[in-house]
Amino acid sequence: MWSWVLHRITGVAIFFFLLVHILDTALVRVSPEAYNQVIGTYKTPIMGLGEIALVAAIGLHALNGLRIILIDFWKLGPKLQRVMFWVAIALWIVLLAGFLPRQLTNVWFEFQGMGSV
Amino acid sequence: MTTIEAPRSPVVPVKRRRTNWEKWGWLYQRVSGVLLVVLIFGHLFTNLFLGQGVRAIDFAFVAGKWANPFWIVWDLLLLWLALIHGSNGMRTLINDYTRRRLRIVLLVLLAVVTVGLLLIGTLVLTTFDPCLDKTVASQIPQCKA
Repeated sequence: MWSWVLHRITGVAIFFFLLVHILDTALVRVSPEAYNQVIGTYKTPIMGLGEIALVAAIGLHALNGLRIILIDFWKLGPKLQRVMFWVAIALWIVLLAGFLPRQLTNVWFEFQGMGSV
Repeated sequence: MTTIEAPRSPVVPVKRRRTNWEKWGWLYQRVSGVLLVVLIFGHLFTNLFLGQGVRAIDFAFVAGKWANPFWIVWDLLLLWLALIHGSNGMRTLINDYTRRRLRIVLLVLLAVVTVGLLLIGTLVLTTFDPCLDKTVASQIPQCKA
């Protein structure tokens, strides 16, 4: 049941981010200055942490989504659904372990940069 | 006066079955889902992981990517598949949690937002002009008009 709840919550969160992300990217058609200004806010430390949440949400939704597909179409899917949930969680942790150092480095750089301005 | 059919009269054929849209919506979530795993992780990898990650993103970065039609096609697929996948999911939630008038209002709103953003996104991706930025333009011969 929790995988179902998480799938819905992460789905809604990603949907609303997608709406905003299409609009902010559309600014490249308005003016480079407007785009650079808005995308600049994506680089602040707080948004940097937000991007970690975004990647975490997308990762969970994607991995659990693949699990759902396997449950629906694979002969052994329904039998292995519980195991596959934990496999998805394990892969999710690996994904975040790969992304966190890269992103936290950025957050740290931006944090210091803001301090010197 | 109502006429009663004679016993054992042949079965009246049922009207032709209508398209099962719910089934196609269900299937779409799964097919687009698999494609989106590839498209979105490719997107995240190039934009948030490679090089400087998110710090490298600005107008010039976008211009650099979209100089290659490969990424325009990639982003077009991303736009259409992801937004319709998201809207189809939201449709399920609206159907699950709302009733009557509110449900209709939200479904219409969802449809309007989805179509609007698909059009805006497609327009942006197909009419992008790198020459808008002076620094970028100075590096592209075609920008000299």
